[in-house]
Amino acid sequence: MSEKVGSGPLQRLDTRHRVDTGKPIRFTFDGKTYTGCAGDTLASALLANGVKRLGRSFKLHRPRGLLGAGREEPNALVQLESGGFDEPNARATLVPLYEGLKARGQNAWPSVERDVLALLGVLQRLLPASFYYKSMMWPSWRFYEGAVRRLAGLGKVPQARDAQQYHKRNLHCEVLVVGGGAAGLAAALAAAGSGLRVVLMDDQEEFGGSLLGENRFIGGRPAAEWIAATLQRLSAMADVILLPRTSVVAYYEHNFLAAVERVSNHRGPGADLRRARERLWRVRAAQVVIATGAIERPLVFADNDRPGIMLASAVQTYLNRYGVAAGRQVVVLTNNDSAYRTALELHAAGVQVAAVVDSRGDVNGPYQQALQDRRIPLLAGRMVRRVKGRREVRAVTLAEHLGGGKLGGDKETLTCDLVAVSGGWTPTVHLYSQAGGRLDFDAGKACFVPAGCAQAVAVAGAAKGEFGLRGCLAEGYRLGAAAARAAGAAQIADITAESCDDWPQAPLQAYWFTRDAAAEKQWLDFQYDVRVSDIELAWRENFVSVEHVKRYTTAGMSVDQGKTSNINALAVMAELSGRPIADVGTTRFRPPYHPATIGTFAGREVGEGYAPRLLLPAHSWHLAHGAVMEDMGWQRPQCYLRAGEDFDAAVRREVLAVRRSAGMFDGSPLGKIEVKGPDAATFLNRLYVNNAITVKVNAGRYGLMCNENGVVIDDGVFVRLADDHFMVHTTSGGAVRIYQWMEEWLQCEWLDLQVIVNNVTSQWANVTVSGPHARKVLQQLDSDIDFDAAAFPHMQFRRGSICGVEARVLRASFTGEISYEISVPARYGLGLWEAVYELGQAFDITPYGVESLMVLRMEKGYLHVGADTDGTTNPLDLGWAAPIDRKKDDFIGRRSLSRVNDLRRDRLQFVGIEAVQAQAPLPVGGHMVSCANPVLPEQTQGYLTSACISPTLKKSIGLGLVAGGRARMGEAIHIYADGNSVAAKIVSPTHYDAEGVRLNG
Amino acid sequence: MMQIECPWCGKRDEEEFTCAGQSHIQRPQNPRQNSDSEWASYLFERSNPKGVHLERWRHTFGCRQWFNLARHTVSHEILAVYPMGAAVPEHISTAGDGAVEEVVA
Amino acid sequence: MEKYSLLQLAKHALSGHRHWPPAWRSPEPKQSYDVVIIGAGGHGLASAYYLAKKHGISNVAVLEKGWLGGGNTGRNTTVVRSNYFYPQSTHFFEHSLKLYESLSRELNYNVMLSQGGVLTLGHSRHDMEILERWSNSLQLQGVDAEMMTTEQIRRHTPLLDTSRAARYPIWGGFIQHRGGVARHDAVAWAYARGADDRGVDIIQNCQVTGIRTSAGRVQGVETGRGYIRADKVAIAVAGHSSTVAAMAGLKLPIVSQSLQAVVSEPVKPCLNGVVLSGLVHAYVSQSDRGEILIGGGTDRYPSYGQRGNLPLVEETLAATLNLFPRFSRLKLMRQWAGTVDISPDSSPIIGKTPVAGLYISGGWGTGGFKAIPAGGETLAHTIASDRPHPLIEAFGLQRFVDGALIDEGAAAGVAH
Repeated sequence: MSEKVGSGPLQRLDTRHRVDTGKPIRFTFDGKTYTGCAGDTLASALLANGVKRLGRSFKLHRPRGLLGAGREEPNALVQLESGGFDEPNARATLVPLYEGLKARGQNAWPSVERDVLALLGVLQRLLPASFYYKSMMWPSWRFYEGAVRRLAGLGKVPQARDAQQYHKRNLHCEVLVVGGGAAGLAAALAAAGSGLRVVLMDDQEEFGGSLLGENRFIGGRPAAEWIAATLQRLSAMADVILLPRTSVVAYYEHNFLAAVERVSNHRGPGADLRRARERLWRVRAAQVVIATGAIERPLVFADNDRPGIMLASAVQTYLNRYGVAAGRQVVVLTNNDSAYRTALELHAAGVQVAAVVDSRGDVNGPYQQALQDRRIPLLAGRMVRRVKGRREVRAVTLAEHLGGGKLGGDKETLTCDLVAVSGGWTPTVHLYSQAGGRLDFDAGKACFVPAGCAQAVAVAGAAKGEFGLRGCLAEGYRLGAAAARAAGAAQIADITAESCDDWPQAPLQAYWFTRDAAAEKQWLDFQYDVRVSDIELAWRENFVSVEHVKRYTTAGMSVDQGKTSNINALAVMAELSGRPIADVGTTRFRPPYHPATIGTFAGREVGEGYAPRLLLPAHSWHLAHGAVMEDMGWQRPQCYLRAGEDFDAAVRREVLAVRRSAGMFDGSPLGKIEVKGPDAATFLNRLYVNNAITVKVNAGRYGLMCNENGVVIDDGVFVRLADDHFMVHTTSGGAVRIYQWMEEWLQCEWLDLQVIVNNVTSQWANVTVSGPHARKVLQQLDSDIDFDAAAFPHMQFRRGSICGVEARVLRASFTGEISYEISVPARYGLGLWEAVYELGQAFDITPYGVESLMVLRMEKGYLHVGADTDGTTNPLDLGWAAPIDRKKDDFIGRRSLSRVNDLRRDRLQFVGIEAVQAQAPLPVGGHMVSCANPVLPEQTQGYLTSACISPTLKKSIGLGLVAGGRARMGEAIHIYADGNSVAAKIVSPTHYDAEGVRLNG
Repeated sequence: MMQIECPWCGKRDEEEFTCAGQSHIQRPQNPRQNSDSEWASYLFERSNPKGVHLERWRHTFGCRQWFNLARHTVSHEILAVYPMGAAVPEHISTAGDGAVEEVVA
Repeated sequence: MEKYSLLQLAKHALSGHRHWPPAWRSPEPKQSYDVVIIGAGGHGLASAYYLAKKHGISNVAVLEKGWLGGGNTGRNTTVVRSNYFYPQSTHFFEHSLKLYESLSRELNYNVMLSQGGVLTLGHSRHDMEILERWSNSLQLQGVDAEMMTTEQIRRHTPLLDTSRAARYPIWGGFIQHRGGVARHDAVAWAYARGADDRGVDIIQNCQVTGIRTSAGRVQGVETGRGYIRADKVAIAVAGHSSTVAAMAGLKLPIVSQSLQAVVSEPVKPCLNGVVLSGLVHAYVSQSDRGEILIGGGTDRYPSYGQRGNLPLVEETLAATLNLFPRFSRLKLMRQWAGTVDISPDSSPIIGKTPVAGLYISGGWGTGGFKAIPAGGETLAHTIASDRPHPLIEAFGLQRFVDGALIDEGAAAGVAH
């Protein structure tokens, strides 16, 4: 039988490769320290150090080695670094090695090498596809859930906040080439130089695509020389942008693509933290050329997931790019000619190739001839029946392949430590499909290929199913030039493709799975442990649509999103159900093509960058005077704390100051919209529930606005500045919304009205002075306005100068006291504030915040739209029936008020509430119920919308919406909240100064 | 992400715009003469086609101007941009919804 | 129907799982049925199941243009909860949640209901008042709801940024402990299997191209596989309600929009239940597989595209990182979109239509999944008796004429 192939660290080969053995790099994996070299990936370095097991599968915890060498890798997922650099599920094949790199295996305990959970493998018979839907119902799913969840998942969520930052850039170009391999480089070269903006993005650490891992010749010289020369030409052109380390992950409509550039990832925690870790490119391209290559498929046979079974292309890449022989004694197993190159190159590098095993029976071409020339055994018409070696491959036993996956008698047993497999190639059509492109199944090449797309996109090279090098170059040159022409380039020269070392290839013979081997031993999706038996089960249970297969078996749902498994899985379903693969179809390709860091999409919109803070002109003053700030759209003082004072005490003091003397309030966020034009009054009359026509110049009126559904959306005082000119005050939160709403009516519905509107909210700073001494404070100011009570009554407006600055003063009140709202251009806001404060000292003027204002207006029973109303409140609920009756004209929402529901008597109506016990706080958000201890469920009769212990009235009061409330004045009610209730009664909303004596004083 | 040609500012990303839904909905001249169900129809009923949709958009982060768009609701292909108050361009047909869908489905 | 259990699984394991019967048949459509349901999503399948089970009507066809469960049922973020504001909604969704709680046993199919709680965050004094109003409304209706302080939230979900330094600090929140997530595919498949077992014909790849009516009465449906007669037809195609209703000459108060969702790579358990925030707009949960599932809003224009889009995802992920800063280095694995029906009040439209014998279940907005059991049961009742089930009386089309909207979003101030 077989002898054991020697183990231990592999040596770096003395061949032409792209790593720098002169620059050793130390790193650790699972606590052990190793040495790799510059140019390595974590995967190639581990391979060079003889580490065979890099991961464990998701479900059965099977030991897993490398399958691939790039983006397709399903097995080698590691937890990279820790703290602020912690990254779960990093692909070892995509992590460039840097000094001090630390990685750990994941989804294993205690380690990937010795994972206790591999015992689950014993139970695998009990764990077929979707076993969880059929079990764990007794006693309940909850009973099992915790354990199942702990077994699931892969890496661990990062331990700390991200230490790095992310940026975004927008990019517009005429031609975007995706993929910098042979076809992509050719396309970029052909499109460049015509003055168009050409962008080439490639997701590897360096340009070259699959050529980097192959030993190919272009124009008689090594491909590396062609790559270097092409890059040199491109980088010399001013309008060309070359972006390596940039993965195009999504292709949206209107030729918009998203790409993620790894700016400093490759430096690990040593990166300059002032730089971005990654950058999101948002690209709008007139023309796109996709040259994303192809991914090799594994072959499906028993125990094809053992460590040491690797894609032939990966073996080739490790050899040529990294100078690592992935094994000492290699069996190449294939159903097509491409893997022969791997065998020939291994042989040339001095690695022993035990045999090339070809599932095709009758093959005889230049590749086969080349094997013969080098005395490499060719075993045609064979397939692997058995793999020996649990933790790593030690030998394979072959059987005769009778065709169609059927095996005959046992044949040779080959000792080996590496099986390089190739089941053919799958063009990387993800982006094309995301773009809306259709796919056809090419039976000859056994793969899906692009077949038409409505967007301006072309596909070149292997991504299109062109697997010859010269063909890739020719297509690249042709489509690059075509894209440039389509984007408007006049002078584009055609480039003739160089000659290449392509050999004629014999046709591939599809080999989808092994009929005569246990289906549960043949892996399709390596990460989620989906096997042929799972597809069989899905088929047996009538989950035959491709989406059902995916969801039932989880094939292709893992981190690699099925890059190596999708086609095999659906081919198995096609074979089982006797349908052509084209009829089974593919599942929809969804972005991102490759998993992309969440932080990259958020960019700088994290922390303070998430939303800018809107600061009042007097912000600094407020902060310096103890303001408790809260974000209410604007940063607004809630109250001003004095030494030793708590929030409630401050509010109480401020409220009493306003009632007794004078207070000042920063009302700058108050919405201010100028409405001007011959039809301004007509326009406002259509928007306001009440009459806007009869308002006189220099007078203000309080108004309500509804939407067309009759719901109150805003309120405020509007002022007539001139016959054709109004200033509309909205709620602080409503300014933008109401302004846009006005423009919509004007521009879309009433095009005949001659009105312009402008939102000037932030142009004007506002200081509101309120209290019995407010007038006296204003009279201290240097102003040409006559503030005398008779000259300037309530709800009047004056323009003039204050402290030498243009000012607008409205006498309107939200406190119930005499109040003047003084507006000056925003840049004078701080100055005005300071002037008022200083002059007001004689009257002990007290700055008050929003919370104090809320108490003041609550005492007075003034409505706060949004707090005291909800999305159903109509003007009738607020007691506005009479003004509406008086108005003859239509207004927005008027018709809705006469619907059945709007006229119901038991609607929630705006009322005042008073606690029975004067000091019992009323719970805002509490619901009105009829008894103190309701038996649940209990019908709500409305809710409390505002409440306070009134400092002025020394009792507990509130406002609320109560079913049929206005007809229930004096009625006892209970307010329920969180298991308790408070006795109260329904009263008028106006708790204070019902006659308005103070207001008009 | 769509690219929309604002009649005043030129081509801009979708993010700069706001859509307010179906266009060409005439507000009743005298709503008080409408029945509840006519009023409900004006307020709420929408064509919502799977196909070409006539809708109004505002260039919110730009010139703030409203305009009309004829757009396919599956492919998001924009077939026409025309001013508020203008009639639907002649070449726009809102019948026969299926055609574009075939291309992108 | 073959019973599913651990024991049965073990028995089948002995024969290599070679003898499991099909979960459902793939019958050819008959020429006529008592009831035709258009749409084999959760709602259509559940309706068929309850028609057969509770009303003895099993001569039913469920017609599906694609594959069953392939619309919004298979594309949503799987949240189940009943924490609505208005009693009409709460009663309906609470009934649905209760059905969910016994669904795995009812259907002998593990729908993996995971009741980790639904936590709604407040970021301001105003938010907290609204949440208080909301949770008290639930408590009064006998539904579990509990206010939480920031400190309680920190202990419940340590990954949340509960610091005062956050851009929008968390002031508190309220939790419905019984809320959570369920496996979406399993719900569709469980109802399909149950309905099929009771004789319902589920016909996939059978697109309805027309609805025949005569004198204001429904006669049957035209399909890609021929005409099918039926006295009663129900439309359960949320996302496409307008287009199917238009076949019967109905114009609905609905617009279709794309709802965007994303999922991260799987990680070990780190999050209980669902966390949602209205201000920092995102809702976040972790699936049994370990993926972080993130939903946001809809692209704000009519669309039947069912495609992912970038701007909203950028917005939603930024919001997510402001809630959960440690998710920054997780990787986004998949992005997709569903087409959802948006009604003017964000409440469903379910019940009879102006066409006799034609019923509709739509307008589910972003919340149809949680409604599947109750939606199916009440629609079945409505079809069988030609009278709206008491739980859905308020959700008929008439409410738009009367102005009796049930505007949850407006009442709560938080998207749902």
